[in-house]
Amino acid sequence: MLSLYELFANDYTLRVVALGSAILSIISGALGTYAVLRKQSLLGDAVSHAAFPGICLVFLLTGLKNTESFLFGAFISGWIAAILIRTCVNNTPIKLDSALGIILSSFFGVGLIIITYIQKIPNSNQAGLDKFIFGQASTLLIEDIKIMTLLGAAAVFIVIVFWKEFKLFCFDKEFGNTMGFPIKVLDILLTTTIVIAIIIGLQTVGVILMSVMLVAPATAARQWTDKLWLMMIIASVFGAISGVSGTIISSLAKNIPTGPMIVIIISMITFISIIFAPKNGLLWKNIRRPLKTDSNIRLKGGS
Amino acid sequence: MSIIQIETLSIAILVAITCSLPGTFLVLRQMSMMADAISHTILLGIILGFFIVHDVNHPLLIIGAALIGVVTVFITELLNKIDLIKEDASIGLTFPFLFSIAIVLISYYARNAHIGVHAVLLGEIVFAPFNRLMINGIDFGPKALYIMGTILIINLVYIIVFYKELKIVTFDKGLAAVLGISPVIIHYSFMSIVSITCVGAFDTVGSILVIALIIGPPATAYLLTNNLKVMIGLSALFGSISATVGYAIALWLDSSIAGCIAAVIGFVFIVTFILAPKKGLLSTQLQRHSKKLEFSRLALLIHIINHGDSKEEKEECSLNSIHNHLHWNKSFLERIIDSAKRDNYIFVDKDILKITEKGKSYAVNYHQNILDRISVDN
Amino acid sequence: MKEYALEIHDLTVAYNEVPVLWDIELEIPHGILIAIVGPNGAGKSTLIKTALQLVKPMSGSISFFGKKYKQKRKKIGYVPQRGSVDWDFPTDVLDVVMMGRYGQLGWFKRPTKKDKELALEAIDRVGMMPFIHRQINQLSGGQQQRVFLARALVQDADIYFMDEPFQGIDAKTEKSIVKVLQNLRDRNKTVVVVHHDLTTVSEYFDWVTLLNTSIIATGPVNEIFTEENVFKTYNKNKSTLLR
Repeated sequence: MLSLYELFANDYTLRVVALGSAILSIISGALGTYAVLRKQSLLGDAVSHAAFPGICLVFLLTGLKNTESFLFGAFISGWIAAILIRTCVNNTPIKLDSALGIILSSFFGVGLIIITYIQKIPNSNQAGLDKFIFGQASTLLIEDIKIMTLLGAAAVFIVIVFWKEFKLFCFDKEFGNTMGFPIKVLDILLTTTIVIAIIIGLQTVGVILMSVMLVAPATAARQWTDKLWLMMIIASVFGAISGVSGTIISSLAKNIPTGPMIVIIISMITFISIIFAPKNGLLWKNIRRPLKTDSNIRLKGGS
Repeated sequence: MSIIQIETLSIAILVAITCSLPGTFLVLRQMSMMADAISHTILLGIILGFFIVHDVNHPLLIIGAALIGVVTVFITELLNKIDLIKEDASIGLTFPFLFSIAIVLISYYARNAHIGVHAVLLGEIVFAPFNRLMINGIDFGPKALYIMGTILIINLVYIIVFYKELKIVTFDKGLAAVLGISPVIIHYSFMSIVSITCVGAFDTVGSILVIALIIGPPATAYLLTNNLKVMIGLSALFGSISATVGYAIALWLDSSIAGCIAAVIGFVFIVTFILAPKKGLLSTQLQRHSKKLEFSRLALLIHIINHGDSKEEKEECSLNSIHNHLHWNKSFLERIIDSAKRDNYIFVDKDILKITEKGKSYAVNYHQNILDRISVDN
Repeated sequence: MKEYALEIHDLTVAYNEVPVLWDIELEIPHGILIAIVGPNGAGKSTLIKTALQLVKPMSGSISFFGKKYKQKRKKIGYVPQRGSVDWDFPTDVLDVVMMGRYGQLGWFKRPTKKDKELALEAIDRVGMMPFIHRQINQLSGGQQQRVFLARALVQDADIYFMDEPFQGIDAKTEKSIVKVLQNLRDRNKTVVVVHHDLTTVSEYFDWVTLLNTSIIATGPVNEIFTEENVFKTYNKNKSTLLR
């Protein structure tokens, strides 16, 4: 334990990166809960890929390399993609899976075009753009974390303010609509909030792996509880654990990138939860099932 | 165009056609995102294969990759069986996990193995023509052409042989079981085909373009036809055109080929999505509008039939008060009345709307059709 | 002019591109328990969904207690079909029933102690007290339906719409739900039920509306629910426009 403490005390970068990973994992754990419950787990994958051209375009147009402008670009193009997907599914026979796949690949394709263009501009110093593809936690600065925290706080704030509205919307849209909570408004608001959660993580875990940060903590948490608020908290805690421990492992063993390590840990937590969680876990269910039939037989015999 | 450019373009078109075949069924079975998953996880197969043979060009790598693709499908199905995990979540859990393992393995053990993660993912079709098939020192052209050609033949043979089974499993699982077609066997054999296609294409064009080629053209074709064979043909056509145009743009802009082709596929989709006859955004809006007019006219006719020749006719069917009953604004009412008049469905008699025999039989027949449909359903 | 709980005039509605309701006239008085009966596809669910503004009508008007829907929304309760929600959603019985209070609360406001008391009272009325913290996917079909009923009860509405509340539940639960509905009626509430089972209409309901795209007949069960009318509704599918 002492050595772990020393590790943190002596390594400023590690502290910053661990903090960043923890924050992103907490936010995506919380918002991922809604993504998973709405059966939109793969929306994260599409939106994160779709954010990439926005990042490149902002750099191309402004030449700025600060995190705010990157995140702004990411948000705009990610949001446009999410709305496009929604329009597509609501108005044509195209199914969600196809819409996701097309938007994901074509937006990312546009990003590739812009980035190859930027790379050819002399002195453009584009280094740092492709960190968004694979994620580079080690480049996190304390300023980045301030922005991540700010955005994350905004997302969490929205979730808290609209707590009962979002819950009702996800559980029973039509009933909610009859009580004066319009489906379209809540759908767009919740999707926007999920987009915010996604872009927060891009710099750390990258476009490709971001989706799992939404799906895994929430899926794991669902195995442990039947309460929405608890599911959200457990998802955040699982997220934080994997964020911090992933950072530590990758800093201890050289050459192991942080993003994928975080993903492996959160996936392991999820698989363990699926198998061992009480009540909902596979093991528990298999133990209980024969018991249930026994009592049924006994009841029948008694009557 | 140089020879190299022609070769590159041929490879791109070949990959496009090869991908569109299984892509059509994937899109119809609503499993498009499996292509996303497989095109990422096969990286793990390549790495594991590399650990065994220590040679980046060994054929075992391809077999390993295809196997991992099927394993991905298997794990996804396994997770799917759990009550609280929905299908989308099981895909979203499986592939980032396997992909992360691959990345960690590459970073940790295989730094100098020349497996560029970048190249594999983003695709460097530019280099594909330089990897040539040499037998006894004779140059037979780019290897990629032979690999993709073989996969195309495999896909064609599979789809021709199992066309009926695939069709039934895709459209009617219940019927498939009745006819004794095992959905599981078709499913896994089909997913193996998808996996092999992904591996071959991934090696040449990278995973982003694989996803674009497998999903994009079939989804575009789906907006244009309901006929399965036509859909397959159209997807192959759209794939090839997008590949050609995308490649031309890439040459012109001196830009990423994979990026340009993927962007063109997206563009073609969006244009079709907006303009497609029948299923497109514009035409569905127009259809909705014309249906609205049609139904409103019908509503007007029924209203007149129900209230005409009765004591409340003067109130219910008068030009001055009918809008209060139908709850329409005046200009909308005028449009509907004009259109009904034009077809001789109604006429005006002393400011009272009256129905003609033609109008009556039109409305009655319409209603009768719907009633007949209901009695068939019950 | 007599004020009705629900008043529908000249209502024509298309659902999924097919006109299913043809110039409907329907007046439902206060304090009755009324069944809407008719074959599949005859527009029963569409009728109540249109009343609840979940489906937009082609023409016509709907009013509640002489007022527009928006003004009376808080006085309208709804029990949707059981299949319309995600039963795997992480929530328990008490939580679902509390959702019935959200409409009265409006945006942002949190449920108070009083809302909880009302919810508990409703749960007690449908006999689900032993299960208040039970996860909803661990309930039987009948129990789920009773939870939905409790949720509608806490809406404290004056008119209730129920879409096939007896579908897939056991006879005992059905009887107990009917008792709750009759109790509502006795307190001068209006209850509109989409119903399937012709054999129980006379036993359960005061009024009946026979519907097959248009109203075949509507009124007190003992007057309207005749063999002839039922036959007209189900078998003799001749357009009612021909008279």
